[in-house]
Amino acid sequence: MCLAIPGKIVEMDSQNAYLAVVDVVGVRRKVDLGLLQDDPPVPGDWVLIHVGFAMSKISEADAVDQMQTLRMLGEAEAAMQEVRGYGLENQEQSEPDQRWKQ
Amino acid sequence: MKFVDEFRAPELITKAGEEIRRLADPNRHYRIMEVCGGHTHAIYRFGLKDLLPSNVELIHGPGCPVCVLPMGRIDDGLSLAAQPNFIFAAFGDMMRVPGTHGSPLEYKARGMDVRIVYSPADALKLARSNPGKHVMFFAIGFETTAPSTALTLVRAKAEGLHNFSVFCNHVTIIPAIRAILDSPDMRLDGFVGPGHVSTVIGCRPYDWIAKDEGKPVVVSGFEPLDILQSIVMLLRQLRKGEAKVENQYKRVVPWEGNRAALRAMAEVFELRPYFEWRGLGFISQSALKIRASYAEWDSEQRFSVPGVRVTDPKAAQCGEVLKGVLKPAQCKLFGRECTPEQPVGALMVSSEGSCAAYYNYEHRKPVTIASAAAI
Repeated sequence: MCLAIPGKIVEMDSQNAYLAVVDVVGVRRKVDLGLLQDDPPVPGDWVLIHVGFAMSKISEADAVDQMQTLRMLGEAEAAMQEVRGYGLENQEQSEPDQRWKQ
Repeated sequence: MKFVDEFRAPELITKAGEEIRRLADPNRHYRIMEVCGGHTHAIYRFGLKDLLPSNVELIHGPGCPVCVLPMGRIDDGLSLAAQPNFIFAAFGDMMRVPGTHGSPLEYKARGMDVRIVYSPADALKLARSNPGKHVMFFAIGFETTAPSTALTLVRAKAEGLHNFSVFCNHVTIIPAIRAILDSPDMRLDGFVGPGHVSTVIGCRPYDWIAKDEGKPVVVSGFEPLDILQSIVMLLRQLRKGEAKVENQYKRVVPWEGNRAALRAMAEVFELRPYFEWRGLGFISQSALKIRASYAEWDSEQRFSVPGVRVTDPKAAQCGEVLKGVLKPAQCKLFGRECTPEQPVGALMVSSEGSCAAYYNYEHRKPVTIASAAAI
């Protein structure tokens, strides 16, 4: 439950200003950006996601590193399961990039 | 990418291990607590203990939210959920945690409407799509998770969604560290500080540990090398007789924390006068409750809660393990009555619990980075 999952902001939600679509190794889900309102991310930025909320902005290099950490900890699958579980709103969903498989 | 490769390089791991040996005074025994359950998991998974000299001992701290939740709170939450037209929503980690009459998953098997959610926002979504039912989100977690619950309540209030409430079990890490330092049977030399909690609270809240208690704190990342580097930084301070707060996890943790997250928490939560922690007992001002301005969305203010207090199964020694007084395998039930498949205590349920981590990685002894590096 303390997983911090790296994702890239793809686009802002057209209906809710505080929501954005993020891409986590090929899986796209909506996350809440409300906790970053002091320094709001824009499409193209990388964030760390925790329980459906973006918690901090990070660099792309750190995002790659964080995914690697999850993989090393044996938690990459749990992280992807969590991301797939967000929202249940049938966002477009592609297969996760096989590079991250353990 | 070089940065990532560095973390995976066994030679750097070996080097950090050597540096730890060089810095550790052979005439001294060091007891270092890793506060966060995520660190405990990583330490066991990578067999980092094997890289440390025998006089550098790691003590596992209270930073596993599932593990410190007393059974009475689970019983209370489940008893509320027995009402008709009620949905009990919680993170997956909670589902197998035993209450007196079974875990949430067992209640689900008996017909209760129990749902796993990955985000408090999804519990809110359940409430939107089930207007005829009440959705209660059973919230657990330290400051990493509490801001998300807070913001979910802000959204519920703004929307005027009235069939949603939160059963709040959020706890705060600083009073738990204080309770451990005040405990007479606990002697510690320093702390590996929590990584993701610190993204929210920053590094300043640990100042008193250095200034008043004279113990160094190093906020750490979760890679094997992060943890070993943090131990190196702690030993360097101890060797110089210093005690300060340092941030090893700068790539993620800002010194000042996340002010927007702290504001969200302050808007929705206030401190409880006291809260019971499994293993640590009642700790004053150690947990969050929902403010009166959000009473309608607080399960405890909205419904009548039995307020159950349950003592842990006598034979289980979760409390001693949680305080670091006993190692997991020293508990009488470990690996026999209590296993990850059939947990008696919460420390065996969560992957961040020291018993489950010890059982999965130490008890079964897989190949670790430490042993791979040694080959």
